[in-house]
Amino acid sequence: MSRPVQFNNKVKMVEAPANFMGDGFMATSLEKVVGLARKNSIWPLPFATSCCGIEFMATAASHYDIARFGAERMSFSPRQCDLLMVMGTISKKMGPVLKQVYLQMAEPRWVLSVGACACSGGIFDSYSVLQGIDQIIPVDVYVPGCPPRPEAILDGFMKIQELVGNESLRRRTGDKYKDMLAEYGIQ
Amino acid sequence: MALTNELIKTRLVEKFGDQLTDWVEPYGMLTFTAPKDQNLKVLQFLFDDAELRFQFLTDLQAVHYPARKGEELAVVYHLHNLVDNVRIRFKVFADVTKPDVFSATALYQSANWMERETYDFFGVNFLGHPNLIRVLNVDEMDYFPMRKEFPMEEQTRVDKDDAMFGR
Repeated sequence: MSRPVQFNNKVKMVEAPANFMGDGFMATSLEKVVGLARKNSIWPLPFATSCCGIEFMATAASHYDIARFGAERMSFSPRQCDLLMVMGTISKKMGPVLKQVYLQMAEPRWVLSVGACACSGGIFDSYSVLQGIDQIIPVDVYVPGCPPRPEAILDGFMKIQELVGNESLRRRTGDKYKDMLAEYGIQ
Repeated sequence: MALTNELIKTRLVEKFGDQLTDWVEPYGMLTFTAPKDQNLKVLQFLFDDAELRFQFLTDLQAVHYPARKGEELAVVYHLHNLVDNVRIRFKVFADVTKPDVFSATALYQSANWMERETYDFFGVNFLGHPNLIRVLNVDEMDYFPMRKEFPMEEQTRVDKDDAMFGR
C-alpha cells in the first residue's frame, strides 16, 4: 500500500493591481504590473565577505528560504542580477572592487547593506576598514545586526521588494537620480 | 643526544661569540639577540649545521619599542627544527630612522610575504627583497599603522560622541 500522494492546493496568489477587466483583456497601469513582476523575482548577487555571509547562507537554505520571495537564482555575475547584497566587512582595499561590481550592474539595480560592518564599519573602527559602504555606493536598505538573524535579512529583503514594487518607471532616467549618482562619482 | 637549549647555545657561542646577547628562555623557548648585520649569517648557520637543522621559518615579525632609543624596531625570527621538534627565536634591532635589515628571502621563500607585511606595518626596509611593496594595506597609504604613534581608529569619522568614547 503506497503512501497517499499529497498535492499542494493552497498556492498563494499575488493580488492583481487595480484593473479593468473585459472579455479577453485586462487594462491596468504598466508601472504597477512591471513593479509586481520585478518585486517577486529579484535575483540577488550575494557579495558575502564575512560572518554575515554565513547568516545569508542560512537565509538561503531550506529553513528560512529566501527563494520563497523570488530570489531563486543567485547570480555571481553583476550583469545578470538586480540586487547587490553586501554582507560583511568591506576593507579599504576591497572598496574599489565593490565599486567596480556595482558599476557593472545594469539598471534597475538596488543595494542591500546587511550587517553592522557594511552599514557603518561596525565594531571595526580602524584604519583598514571602510566605515560603511555608503561611502562608495548608494544604498537602498540597511539591515542592522551583528550578524542579523535570517529573519532580519528577510525583513530587509521585503523592504527592498516594497521599494521595487512602488518604483516609478521614469526614476532611473530622471535628473534627481543622476545627481545622486554624481555625488558618488558615478556617471 | 637530544637537542637541548644548552647545546644550541654552546654551538652558537662557539661560532659567533660575544655578538649574541640577551639569552633568555621564556616558557622554555630559547631567545637571543643578534646584531643587525649578522642576521643572515646566523640564519644560514642554523640552517646548514648538521646537528641544529633549523630549516623552517615559522614567523618573521617586528615589534616597535619607542622607549629604546636608537634601536626602536625589533625584527623577530621564529625558527623550528622539524626533525627534533625544537623552536628558537632570535631578534635583531634596527633604528627607526634607518630601518635597513638584510632580507631572508634567499634562504627562506616564506620570508617573502612575511617581510612585505613587516614593511607594510612597521616600515622595516629589507635589503635584497625582490618586491618590497605593501601587501595588506591600500597601496597609497603613506604611514605605517602598527607603529605606536599612529592611531588605530579611523580619523575621518565625524559622528563619534566624545563623551561615550572616553575623550
